[in-house]
Amino acid sequence: MASDIKEKGLKEKMTAGPDKRGRSGLQRAMRGVYIIWLREFKRFWRDRPRRIGGFAQPIIYLALLGVGMQSAFKVFGGGDVSYVKFMFPGILGMTVLFTAVFSSISIIWDREFGFLKEVLVSPVPRSSVALGKIIGGSTTAMLQGMIFLVLAFTPWFYGFSLSTLWKVLAVIPILVLLALSLTSMGVAVAARMTSFEGFPIVMNFLLMPLFFLSGAFFPLQGLPGWMTVLTKIDPLTYGVDALRGIMLRGVDIGAGMQSSVAQFAVWFKDPQIYQIGMGKGYPDPAALVSATQRAALPTQTYPMWLNVSVMLGFGAVLFALALWQFNRAE
Amino acid sequence: MKADGYAVEVDGLVKRFGELTAVAGVSFKVDRGEVFGFLGPNGAGKTTTINMLCTLLTPTEGSAKVNGYDIRTQKNEVRESIGLVFQDPSLDDRLTANENLDFHAVIYAIPASEREARKKEVLEMVDLLDRADDLVITYSGGMKRRLEIARGLLHSPKVLFLDEPTIGLDPQTRSHIWDYIDGLKKREGNTIFLTTHYMEEAEHCDRIAIIDHGKIIALDTPENLKNMVGGDVIRVKTEDDAKAEVELKERFGVNILEDRDCVCFKVERGEEFIPRVIRELGVRIQAISLHRPTLDDVFLKLTGREIREEEADSLGDLRTFARARPPFAR
Repeated sequence: MASDIKEKGLKEKMTAGPDKRGRSGLQRAMRGVYIIWLREFKRFWRDRPRRIGGFAQPIIYLALLGVGMQSAFKVFGGGDVSYVKFMFPGILGMTVLFTAVFSSISIIWDREFGFLKEVLVSPVPRSSVALGKIIGGSTTAMLQGMIFLVLAFTPWFYGFSLSTLWKVLAVIPILVLLALSLTSMGVAVAARMTSFEGFPIVMNFLLMPLFFLSGAFFPLQGLPGWMTVLTKIDPLTYGVDALRGIMLRGVDIGAGMQSSVAQFAVWFKDPQIYQIGMGKGYPDPAALVSATQRAALPTQTYPMWLNVSVMLGFGAVLFALALWQFNRAE
Repeated sequence: MKADGYAVEVDGLVKRFGELTAVAGVSFKVDRGEVFGFLGPNGAGKTTTINMLCTLLTPTEGSAKVNGYDIRTQKNEVRESIGLVFQDPSLDDRLTANENLDFHAVIYAIPASEREARKKEVLEMVDLLDRADDLVITYSGGMKRRLEIARGLLHSPKVLFLDEPTIGLDPQTRSHIWDYIDGLKKREGNTIFLTTHYMEEAEHCDRIAIIDHGKIIALDTPENLKNMVGGDVIRVKTEDDAKAEVELKERFGVNILEDRDCVCFKVERGEEFIPRVIRELGVRIQAISLHRPTLDDVFLKLTGREIREEEADSLGDLRTFARARPPFAR
């Protein structure tokens, strides 16, 4: 009996209009965002292989590619360039960016396994669903980025010091911005897509050029003109530049290179060698010398305000695109 | 305030997918508290109609109201009024039953103070209380279905839509599910709108609309529909069938059904006719059976086809496919 009465009361409350429930549209939207975020996070956290893989991947990149490139630099006369240190911010960006973008495959997953319908027929606005997905994906991306950031304190990178701590703290907002932008990009693509096979192909097609032109892997110097133009168009260039600017401030990464290039240039000034060199199309030593007068490996090319503005603009466009695409999906 | 109108009111609803007309103009009304069944072969337009009523698809033509709210202009109000159990699974199987319900409770804005009690209540109803903290991935097909029904009821919807609630389940589980659905009506008094292509299950409904090729071809109570077919079919086996046929025609005045490899005939009250025929027939009877008309016979009479034949139909397959994908596919 008691439960009957309770149920009746419950039903009356439930069937009252939204106003009587004391929940405004905004509150409802925010709750939707929260619960969708929570679900994304739980799913990520329960998936141990995904957690481990997400952490192992950047380390493999850093260890194999970083060390490999460093050794190659030495062979080509780079001296004791600390390529691994140079690469750290790039790989950090890559970790966050790839995790962020590919987290949105969960939308396709949800659609294929029916869960998306549960969300789409609910009174929660579509934008909340998209926003929940974006924040959820960014959270997992940030978590992996943060684990990776712990490595910054090791002696192979920037050492255990207060200055490293400041750098790490300063770099986090940039990473958040990157994560939100790139998850939005993933959501925009996944919102209207149905194939698991198609998503990575489309994403790689979009992401690879963005990523390689951003200077995360190699310094953007001495590139052919057309490529330099492309790197300037690529919004990720500014993200990577910001990360590198913060992480490499006051870090000596390329002194060895500068001197060895200078040496190279001096050596080239020998008229006999110069003749042979010009004949074979080697660069003009004068140009080489002037190159050495700049920093051998760039830390920061653009001013920070420009980097942050470009990232903000890029993020806003992708975010709007994601909401638009998600609202369009039937 | 909305309690007086119909639970569902549909007027000339049409849905086309390109060339294909999935729903070709249906109109009907469902009373409050009624269990209303949509019966028809696969691809008849049942799910498409449900998807339009629950705002997942926009109708090409026509209008409909659910709980008094227009499905085109008052989507949010409609969504708040309905609960849904989809034909395909829509649970998150990496979450526990409890977490699935929590998710639902939040997106339907069930106040936190009532959430636990309500969750317990629905889980108890479907006998899943002891498995509430297990991951859904460990559930059997029948348990998942029950959980979906519980979830659909969690926010005490005015109208509960069940799209093929027993599809793909074994007979025992199917009859269990029906026990729950029958019990539901008594306990919660919701309006239930369900679709099925199982004839015997449609008999649980108060009223049935038989739908074929996107059109309603009959709408009545199961009893009245069966009366349309007219009478029971009696089948007798005797020592001399030819002699029996003559005698049945002349003395009992029945019409022997042609084209059947038996002595079969239709009478109005089969159960009263049998004792008489046993008593009075001059030929020794070896076997006698009574066949009551089923909804299968109704469908056969209305369309000239068995309902199951349709499943092998290639257009049916195409429709099944088109229907399985449309809401989010493109």
